[in-house]
Amino acid sequence: MNATAEALFVAEPFQASGDVVIDCKVDKIFYGDFLAVRDSIVPIEKHKITGFIGPSGCGKSTVLRSLNRMNDLIQVFRFEGNVMYHGQDIYAKKVDPVVVRRYIGMVFQQPNPFSMSIYDNVAFGLRLNRFKGDVEERVEKALRSAALWNEVKDKLKNSGLSLSGGQQQRLCIARAIATEPDVLLMDEPCSALDPIATRQVEELMLELKEHYTLAMVTHNMQQATRVADTTAFFSVDISQGGRTGYLVEMGPTRQIFEDPREQLTKEYISGEFS
Amino acid sequence: MSDIDLTTRAIEPPRLPRLEHQTFEIRALKSGLLTWLTWIAAGLAAIPLLSVIYMLIFKGGSRLFSSSIGEVLTGLPPAGFEMGGGIGPALVGTLVMVGIGALISIPIGILAAIYLGVLEPSSRISTNARFLAKVLTGFPSILAGVFVYAVIVIHFGYSAMAGGIALAVLMLPTVLLAAEEAMSQVPQRMKDAAYGMGCTRTQVILKVVLPTGLTGILTGVMLAIAGAAGESAPLLFTALFSNYYISELNEPTASLSILIYNFSGMPFQNQIELAWTASLALVLIVLMFNILARILGRSKY
Amino acid sequence: MNPRQPPGIRPRLVAAGLGTERHRQPFPHSQENAMANPFPHAQSASPISGPPSALEYASDRIFRAIALSAASVIIILTAYILWEVAGKAMPAIGDYGLGFITGTEWDVNKGTFGVLPEIWGTLYSSLLALLLGGVFGIAIAIFLTQDFINHRLATIFRTLIEMLAAIPSVVFGLWGIYVLIPLLKPGAEWLHDEFGWIPLFGSDLSGPGMAPAALVLAIMILPTVAAISVDALRRIPYKVKEAAYGMGTTRWEAILKVMLPTASSGLLAALVLGFGRALGETMALAMLIGNANQISLSLFSPANTLASLLASNFPEAGQVEVHALMYAAMVLLAITFLVNVLGLGIQQYTLRKFEGKK
Repeated sequence: MNATAEALFVAEPFQASGDVVIDCKVDKIFYGDFLAVRDSIVPIEKHKITGFIGPSGCGKSTVLRSLNRMNDLIQVFRFEGNVMYHGQDIYAKKVDPVVVRRYIGMVFQQPNPFSMSIYDNVAFGLRLNRFKGDVEERVEKALRSAALWNEVKDKLKNSGLSLSGGQQQRLCIARAIATEPDVLLMDEPCSALDPIATRQVEELMLELKEHYTLAMVTHNMQQATRVADTTAFFSVDISQGGRTGYLVEMGPTRQIFEDPREQLTKEYISGEFS
Repeated sequence: MSDIDLTTRAIEPPRLPRLEHQTFEIRALKSGLLTWLTWIAAGLAAIPLLSVIYMLIFKGGSRLFSSSIGEVLTGLPPAGFEMGGGIGPALVGTLVMVGIGALISIPIGILAAIYLGVLEPSSRISTNARFLAKVLTGFPSILAGVFVYAVIVIHFGYSAMAGGIALAVLMLPTVLLAAEEAMSQVPQRMKDAAYGMGCTRTQVILKVVLPTGLTGILTGVMLAIAGAAGESAPLLFTALFSNYYISELNEPTASLSILIYNFSGMPFQNQIELAWTASLALVLIVLMFNILARILGRSKY
Repeated sequence: MNPRQPPGIRPRLVAAGLGTERHRQPFPHSQENAMANPFPHAQSASPISGPPSALEYASDRIFRAIALSAASVIIILTAYILWEVAGKAMPAIGDYGLGFITGTEWDVNKGTFGVLPEIWGTLYSSLLALLLGGVFGIAIAIFLTQDFINHRLATIFRTLIEMLAAIPSVVFGLWGIYVLIPLLKPGAEWLHDEFGWIPLFGSDLSGPGMAPAALVLAIMILPTVAAISVDALRRIPYKVKEAAYGMGTTRWEAILKVMLPTASSGLLAALVLGFGRALGETMALAMLIGNANQISLSLFSPANTLASLLASNFPEAGQVEVHALMYAAMVLLAITFLVNVLGLGIQQYTLRKFEGKK
């Protein structure tokens, strides 16, 4: 290749209007030698839902999972850049990822309740944090917040795995919010759910943003328009031989979908590629 | 589709293939013959098992399931032309030595499995340990006896402790591999959930992986115990044998399997009968642990 | 506004822009002050979330160290076994050298030790057992996996085979002495009388001997061979079977021309691992093979194996013989190690073939 090849595209930084809880600046994310994501600045605003959209393989999940250092579980993962959480870099050397994850909770793509009772699932985080107060009250509150209480209040001793897929996912949300984390990351939380369950989880998210800051990866553009306040569009760059994801554009959801600045964004939201 | 009719003259197929079963065609004959051979092979393979069970029940059961059951289970082994007697010391000795083996091998095996299966599945130590565990399970069991003989018996003499350690050497790789397998069955997303809540690695293991994989681990443990209970080669020259009840761990100790071995070659009817009785008792113990393993294995979450 | 937010604490705004310089300010580290909230600005600085306590950090570290040492035990143990057995065999290896392997006499009084007959007996009995156990084991695996019987019956049959594996070796030995040998005697006599000119039947079965030993050995390795073969056949994707039937094969054509070749490396692993099992089997052989130091092709003459040599001589061995026995154990160890590593290697290859990794 020509050494003076044109400079790589870098998205214009998004100027957040409100308080920024997590300011994520990715220089490079590697899996071994594979460059997965490059040059992406994604500020997560307080009490808003930030949606990550883009074609598969664009690194949106990777970026989301970097925000609470879930990727550290993958041995070959390497992060270059910084993620400032209330002004502290969570990738600083002395930071313990275990602590980060106690403040930045996560809901996963597949519902993943533990093989224990519904009650124990929700109480798990409380016990983990040696919560001294009324556990029962907290469990009920979390289940109510997750819009699951009425369905399970008579069978709290049943296994969490006995619930339907949508209920399981709401149980996982209840488990995540029982400890009242600061931020909730959601990695395609509805991809394993049917339309009715999806609707319920989406409504739940809109309620949750009153108290929490949310960031969500979604493969479904309609979902982004329904729930996200801010949307970050990622794409994948195959010019360098690999499949490197990068941020194309980030802005208020309305602007991204109605008046995108980048041609690539326009093509994606009009369904020309996915 | 229905408007295409193969029987009409317009298309006229030259000859329709015959679709019925052709019983005497060579292909069919060969198939039938092979099927019969397979059935016969399966049947023949079942004969030894049925024969062993028959002998155990009729030869061994005659003493065990009779009025003399108390004497058989608690009595001392008979000498020479003596009549009666029992397998008491051997029964206790087997249980004691299997117990020692289990006490040593189960904690080490499960902890090692945690390292191999959860903490560092692909580290150098794990890869090597996994390979060596597989090699060790394939080793002749008598080598565990040879090893313990060289390390312990030469210095301290024959003892229940030596026998128990020899059994532990045999059980360790079995427990390890089974426990690792059971823990790797715990779905990654459950572990992710626990990490996502901010668990330390130990908390992930103690609160999620072990409780979820417990039945699988116990199944493996039961199978290891069952295997050890039936072992005789490693006890032959570590625990040796004794005609009396065990009173200390550092003296030669009887076991059911060595009793069977010793009595099988004796020219006395009484001893041979007792060998069958001991066999039945031994098989029942082994089966009990096997069945426990099976029950545990079935009650999956 | 969120009522939970502590008044007066404003999270610091961080300017956007590609940061080339790193703001790597260290946290108030949790280990120094375990209970302190390292994120005072987190809006839900509620008392619920908090870093692990110092005790939890300590126990995490200790627990992982213990697990690591437990994993090392298996490596150290293997090394220690080799070291000890080899160390104790050293004097004998020095004294007898390779002559130990080619020698045919084992006489403590004369001080001559040779294990050629035992090596021969070990390999011969194991090969015979593999021939029988292998054919039956694979036949049973086909029987169980290729829709010969319904699912329920297959489960029962598999349980029976697994029970076979649960019966202790000594019990098979006892059964061999009192059931199998008397059963074989008339047949062996007839074969010897009629076909005595064939080396296989060159002697009479006067009690223990190669034939009953190999038969029992075959029965004992059958569950191993069957289990691994079932596994290998199960691993074949269903679409392979569909493809074969779709071409219009009969069931046996599908099995012989498609299923068995596809599973071939797995079946080979089953045979090799079964062979390894046979090589190391001790008690049943010690009871049935006759413990005679001779090399004979005849199925009916007594013989000996390395494992049963150890079993029968160790309990009463003196200093010199112990060293020789340790040497014999080394020979057995070497043979089984080679066979097992070969088997495991083939098994790994099979896994890789179907799963593309590991």
